[in-house]
Amino acid sequence: MSIVSITRATLVKDLRLEWRSKDAINSMLFFSLLVVVIFSFAFDPTAEESRRIAGGLIWVAFLFAAVVALNQTWARELRNQVMDAYRVSPAPANGLFLAKALGNFIFVSVLEALMTPLFVIFYTLRPLGPAYQLVIVAGLGTWALVVNGTFFAAMSLRTRAREIMLPLLLFPILIPALLGMVEATTAILTGEYSAKFWIALLVAYDVVFTIGSLMLFELVLHAE
Amino acid sequence: MVSVTGLIKQFGRFAALRGVTADFDAGRIYTILGDNGAGKTTLLRTLAGLSVPTRGSVKILGSGELRSVCHEIGYMAHPSLLYDELSAMENLRYFAQLYGESAEPVHEKIRGCAALIRLVGLDPELTRPVGQYSQGMRQRLSLARALINNPKILFLDEPFSNVDIRSAQTMVGLLKNLREQGRTLFVVTHQAALLNGVVDEFVNMEAGLIVSRSPQTVGAQQQ
Repeated sequence: MSIVSITRATLVKDLRLEWRSKDAINSMLFFSLLVVVIFSFAFDPTAEESRRIAGGLIWVAFLFAAVVALNQTWARELRNQVMDAYRVSPAPANGLFLAKALGNFIFVSVLEALMTPLFVIFYTLRPLGPAYQLVIVAGLGTWALVVNGTFFAAMSLRTRAREIMLPLLLFPILIPALLGMVEATTAILTGEYSAKFWIALLVAYDVVFTIGSLMLFELVLHAE
Repeated sequence: MVSVTGLIKQFGRFAALRGVTADFDAGRIYTILGDNGAGKTTLLRTLAGLSVPTRGSVKILGSGELRSVCHEIGYMAHPSLLYDELSAMENLRYFAQLYGESAEPVHEKIRGCAALIRLVGLDPELTRPVGQYSQGMRQRLSLARALINNPKILFLDEPFSNVDIRSAQTMVGLLKNLREQGRTLFVVTHQAALLNGVVDEFVNMEAGLIVSRSPQTVGAQQQ
């Protein structure tokens, strides 16, 4: 049984479930919309100041909004204990993990695609550095966020206060990646320095944590 | 077929299983009886590979490594183990894929899932989500899900709970057919009278131990 077929089947199933329930995408959208509006009232920056702080604001908004989706990821599997049906099957644990991470990547990417134009309008943003690099940073940053988030959401699944536990586990471990996302975005927006070092940091972070999560997920899935 | 030796399962300081040792033969229906907290569900989950024993061993089809024989095991739990937002067909097709890509063309697989849904007395054409099913319909679909991999051994936890008497009798008939096909079934239930005349052996549990095994009917045991 190939990991690709299990990943594809689970991803299609998750997208169908999300399409019908819209649990994750709706709550993420409203949450990040609120953040954008509240931040725009709280700060009244000039165009120059906007470029310096927008990287931090954007990623913090996406990070908090993504936690909502990440908490939903496994909640579906807990209802009716569906996870047990997966655990008794011979399907590889990695297939389930990859499908969940890819699903979250799609949900958060949709959120970013919808919210970025709002950020641009509210903060009158115009990148002075190479704009194409923003796409690379968004992809790498989002993967860093969801790969760890999916893993730690699974780990916190059986804890009593799992919705609180996820940010407590996730945020500290995400600090290097968050630093990379914010610095790279700021570098591209201001054009004052190169984002290459921070992009390389994100690539290294993604590789390490993807491999680590894939290696450890079987233990998490079969833990009692 | 299924063999357990000195099985102990502890949750903190509480021992749910306290040294269960037993052998079970192929092609029989075993009904596990006992009061709440006797360890029936824990025993079933341990046999199905969902719970790791604290001590002792489980051998299924001669293998102590349960992951290697999991394609021969079907498990039906008290909760439905189904996605409420998907239809019966969508649920079964997803779970079928977890057991591997077979050489069958897609339409054969669909036909297989539809046949299973019909086998438990439901309509495969029904497009409404499982969340809108009655509890009895869910239980029957849950049994179909447990049969998706054509298992040699079936572990069924409370298959008749919240099922009306007619549906329960249909399910009993189905279990009998499965046994006649050579499958081994373990049924945990509080409605053992439904299985009188069908069961090969009643296994009585008390405080984490098997206290007796008998082929008698429930009524005879109570006398």
